[in-house]
Amino acid sequence: MSGVRVLVGTRKGAFILTSDGRRERWEVSGPHFAGWEIYHVKGSPADPDRLFASQSSSWSGQVIQRSDDGGVTWEPVGNRFSYDGAPGTHQWYDGTPHPWEFARVWHLEPSLNDPDTVYAGVEDAGLFRSTDGGRQWAELSGLRCHNSGPSWQPGAGGMCLHTLLLDPAEPGRMFAAISAAGAFRSDDAGQTWRPVNRGLQSEGIPDPDAEVGHCVHRLAMHQARPNVLYMQKHWDVMRSDDAGESWHEVSGDLPTDFGFPIDVHAHEPDTVYVVPITSDAEHFPPEGKLRVYRSRTGGDEWEPLTRGLPQEHCYVNVLRDAMTVDSLDSCGVYFGTTGGQVYASADAGDNWAPIVRDLPAVLSVEVQTLS
Amino acid sequence: MIRVVLPAHLRALAHINGEVELAVTGPVTQRSILDSLESHYPMLRGTIRDHDGGRRRAFIRFFACELDLSHEQPDALLPAAVVTGAEPYLIVGAMAGG
Repeated sequence: MSGVRVLVGTRKGAFILTSDGRRERWEVSGPHFAGWEIYHVKGSPADPDRLFASQSSSWSGQVIQRSDDGGVTWEPVGNRFSYDGAPGTHQWYDGTPHPWEFARVWHLEPSLNDPDTVYAGVEDAGLFRSTDGGRQWAELSGLRCHNSGPSWQPGAGGMCLHTLLLDPAEPGRMFAAISAAGAFRSDDAGQTWRPVNRGLQSEGIPDPDAEVGHCVHRLAMHQARPNVLYMQKHWDVMRSDDAGESWHEVSGDLPTDFGFPIDVHAHEPDTVYVVPITSDAEHFPPEGKLRVYRSRTGGDEWEPLTRGLPQEHCYVNVLRDAMTVDSLDSCGVYFGTTGGQVYASADAGDNWAPIVRDLPAVLSVEVQTLS
Repeated sequence: MIRVVLPAHLRALAHINGEVELAVTGPVTQRSILDSLESHYPMLRGTIRDHDGGRRRAFIRFFACELDLSHEQPDALLPAAVVTGAEPYLIVGAMAGG
């Protein structure tokens, strides 16, 4: 019997929501790691019982937890994230040089085929890899040490590496996104990197077409067509048809092209989801109506999805890592809000219902499709 | 035995109920207590002081005998009451945040 396991990270703990393939009745477990910020929880595609969680707090720093039984029990593993060599500086908000300082792990990306290998995107922006199930971490410093690194500046939420996409078709190719440096690509398993931001335009930086300095909020890829990438930028929804070599805008008829998450339907590479947010100053949906927008044309033409979502007095946000899709025949879509709701649609976004309504602010949502 | 009291979130992380009792060989200092604590509970490494250099994390404080020891030298000897176990060594999460 197929089923799904939804992994939710919140400001005050992690929650695991499980259902059978109908996705109508849910069991909720948690909080796991109560009181801690859980930026991300993700399962290994190679071993669905192996989960990794990023647990942190202002008091006690970073902890990485690992489960080998699908989230029933957890074990703290390695939490030593040391930058390679002398870390150097990036730009601070005021333009002055600022030493690279580790703050937290934003995103954990397990390898597609090795359950012991997992990547960690961190703040201040850097990429780490563990090949022993999270016990030891080594920096892939070719990214942070790119010659543009000293010019990178943090976004409002910190200078974080928040997205890592592993290309299933091209071994060694991966994409990373950093706020507010931009998108980067490696073709040699993370050893060397180059910016892939051609076509992005950002009004908030001195040179709107600069090689780096763009506040990329999220990247998404369809596994069957990894050369096509979608991007939710600070403003603008973008698309690349050549693995990031160039980008063009596909915001089209969206009510606003500001937002955080973006994701792609599991079986339809041209079906894309975003959650438009009013503006960078007003982090809530336009008109107080929570609407997911879906494009079935790979962008430009968008339709609002509202059935089951609040259409008045809704002033929550949906953060960049807080939307995902399952791979059941009828694709499920999930997202969590800063108001603590996790919504699910079992029919590709046509109808929505809350799984839970009153969690702490949701930071991340991932789903595992279980056979 | 040295008695150590941890904040609730670190007790949960290390699966500890109540106080910890530690045997410390040699001079009883903040460093020797934390070294012993981390050797018994390795998951606490990096959560009280940095991995590199042992610097106290900003929002963690150290108290004993109604004294704030947070700014004392890590190798300074601790009060006799801590050494005998009459008073606990308190690791405290500072009152900050929400």
